[in-house]
Amino acid sequence: MIDIAGLVKTFGHVSALDGLDLTVAKGEVHGFLGPNGAGKSTTIRVLLGLLRKDDGEVRLFGGDPWRDAARLHGRLAYVPGDVNLWPNLTGGEVIDLLGRLRGGLDERRRADLLQRFDLDPAKKGRSYSKGNRQKVALIAALASDVDLLVLDEPTSGLDPLMESVFRECIDEFRSEGHTVLLSSHILAEVERLCDRVSIIRSGACVESGTLADLRHLTRTSVTADLASAPVGLDALPGVHDLEIDNHRVHLEVDTTALDAVLDALQAAGVRSLTSQPPTLEDLFLRHYGDRIDGEEDGRR
Amino acid sequence: MTGTLVLLRAFLRRDRWMYLWWPVGIAILYVSQGWSVDGLYATQAEFDKAAAGMENNAALIAMAGPARALNTTGGQVTWQSAAFGAILVGLMSMFIVGRHTRAEEETGRDELLRAAPVGRHAAMTAAVLDAGLANLVVGAVTGAGLVAYGLAPADSIGLAAGLTLCGWSFTGTALVAAQLTTSTRAAYGLAGAVIGLSYALRALGDISAAALSWMSPIGWYQAMHAFSGLRWWPGLLLLAGAGITVAVGYAVFDRRDFGSGVLPARPGPARASRSLGTGLGLAWRLQRAALAAWAVGLLLGGLAFGTMGDDVGDLVGDSQTSRDLVLQGSGDIVDGFYAMLIVMLAMLAAGFAISSALRPRGEEDAGRVEVLLATALPRSTWLAGHVAVTVAGTLTVLVLAGAGLGTSYALVTGDGSAVARMTVELLMTAPAVLVLAGFARLLHGLLPRAALLAWLALLLSYVVLIFGELLDLPQWFQDLSPFEHLALVPVEPFRWTPFLVLAAVAAALSVAGQIAFRRRDVH
Repeated sequence: MIDIAGLVKTFGHVSALDGLDLTVAKGEVHGFLGPNGAGKSTTIRVLLGLLRKDDGEVRLFGGDPWRDAARLHGRLAYVPGDVNLWPNLTGGEVIDLLGRLRGGLDERRRADLLQRFDLDPAKKGRSYSKGNRQKVALIAALASDVDLLVLDEPTSGLDPLMESVFRECIDEFRSEGHTVLLSSHILAEVERLCDRVSIIRSGACVESGTLADLRHLTRTSVTADLASAPVGLDALPGVHDLEIDNHRVHLEVDTTALDAVLDALQAAGVRSLTSQPPTLEDLFLRHYGDRIDGEEDGRR
Repeated sequence: MTGTLVLLRAFLRRDRWMYLWWPVGIAILYVSQGWSVDGLYATQAEFDKAAAGMENNAALIAMAGPARALNTTGGQVTWQSAAFGAILVGLMSMFIVGRHTRAEEETGRDELLRAAPVGRHAAMTAAVLDAGLANLVVGAVTGAGLVAYGLAPADSIGLAAGLTLCGWSFTGTALVAAQLTTSTRAAYGLAGAVIGLSYALRALGDISAAALSWMSPIGWYQAMHAFSGLRWWPGLLLLAGAGITVAVGYAVFDRRDFGSGVLPARPGPARASRSLGTGLGLAWRLQRAALAAWAVGLLLGGLAFGTMGDDVGDLVGDSQTSRDLVLQGSGDIVDGFYAMLIVMLAMLAAGFAISSALRPRGEEDAGRVEVLLATALPRSTWLAGHVAVTVAGTLTVLVLAGAGLGTSYALVTGDGSAVARMTVELLMTAPAVLVLAGFARLLHGLLPRAALLAWLALLLSYVVLIFGELLDLPQWFQDLSPFEHLALVPVEPFRWTPFLVLAAVAAALSVAGQIAFRRRDVH
């Protein structure tokens, strides 16, 4: 559905995208993960033909998103992170307008979504809160008959209840064989919804794969109370941040070395053990931790 | 009231440009009337004759106010400026109060403030003080300008002080409006309606039942009779009006919830109408309110201008300045006057054309275009919808301005053929107006950030029209104004060549702008 290779986009002297790669296959929910300013929105805008690429290859449904923008857009729906509505149009009017421009709305789904998202369609754009503006764009997107949803941080502003409605809707959309590109910096959301993830940082993709793929690259955090002091842990390859406080041990371990660590712990006699699977927070810290440190250093 | 002064200081900083432009603009309005009257009439006899003509013209009285001492400079200044000055201070007060009260509440910024240790009434008190101070500055600058121009000091001060008092009473109106409605737009609409009603009441009162004028703050201001036996007591009415409306504003504020109004927010349609589903349908929907406002404005403008009929010779006087201004060379003075009016109305219509051509830029700035262009709507179609509204709207406002001018001219003079003739004459200026719109379109396509420069082109055209001959500006500079190339109908016979060339230039600019837009990044 989406094929991006070596995409470059600069604004004046500022380089927003620097050789970005991204591939989204049909039928998957693809998480597009990165901190603010990493280039997620710029990528999406190039993909939608709003911005012109400076270099690289971008294909959307096999076509050129700049040249064939309008034709390709008939097959997708887009929800920006910051939805701005016309102050004097009602939410219902905007939903109809966007739906018609996309080539038609499913009336039944429109009514159903209005109810599920609990949106009053008769209010004017200027009187909606941020969350409600987001709902208007989401309903317009979900009620359209499209193959691909492009969502740029779609839940910012939604309350937890509405977030769960949103997740249901995405699951239903996927179960119909459709595709979603979901940009986010909310890890739990991506973890819950996505089949595959691409992590981008400073305009380039640093890692891409299924959650399982990426998880095996990360470490597990292990805390244990032992019967006696453990032996040889510090000599094991793949063990990091080892802390031994008498009989209590805390360490981070690469997934490949987990077996050897458990053997060593068992040898010392395990009284209690907690191990946490890596969350996407951990993924992030691994990829961006150095940058955050660097920034702080720079500030000092 | 804790924090009022801190807030007032912040407001004043935000309003610093308003504190420059409103007082200077309003003072220029007043003083320039004196300047133009003194330049217009060479002798007192001529002045008396013109004044006699004005005193009997009900349309002019309805437009300006009661005719008093019109054969004096001070009387003319009062007559020609007071009603419009009152409207201007009303608008200024409305904007200052609105932006610091309802607008802050609507956007939610006010919540931040209310959570801070400031009194509940601090923000609105600071807004009222801010508007009060601005009106004081307007009065001071205007009064100083009139005295410096050489008019009688006591009456000058009376005229200026009345203006301040009038502004104060509209400050109270704006405060009440901001409490009643939930949106800033509606608050402006309500306060604007009160200002408009005040103007209309005194217009009716001045030509028929004087009692009506006594129901209007603008009527009270004019009842102070500056330069024709100044009296201060009607000023007390203005002061009382200000006090009462401000008190009502506070009372309503105390009885309503944060974020709400007293008048319910009107719900709109839950479904879009059939026409709202294309680029053109959307452009029409977004621009139709503005188009309607401009259309009514230009129709009224045309009607007002036409009431002068054929008495132009007396009104204009015989001095060289006025001959230069009106005749732009030679010819019949009535024809010259109307040729000038037609170009002026066309320039007002250009105000619509430029703002309409810049509307897509406003949409882009507000971030509302992304979502649209991510649908199957092509960029070119989206923009073409706005272009169609600009062109059709421009022709509409020109026709209405011409029809208005012709209709009231025909009513005053009995020359029924004027309606069709003047309508066509205004319509024939369309190419020049559309050149300005095309220029705006090109700027939006090429240099979206500099697009507001399009207004400079209108300003330049206006300067060339008014001062071109007067100041003997170089020919190449005058040629920059598209209006200079059109035949000055009805003084000169209509010429097709400049008409067609300008039409081609307008089309070329517009197309170039649309192509440039198609090729650039959209934000």
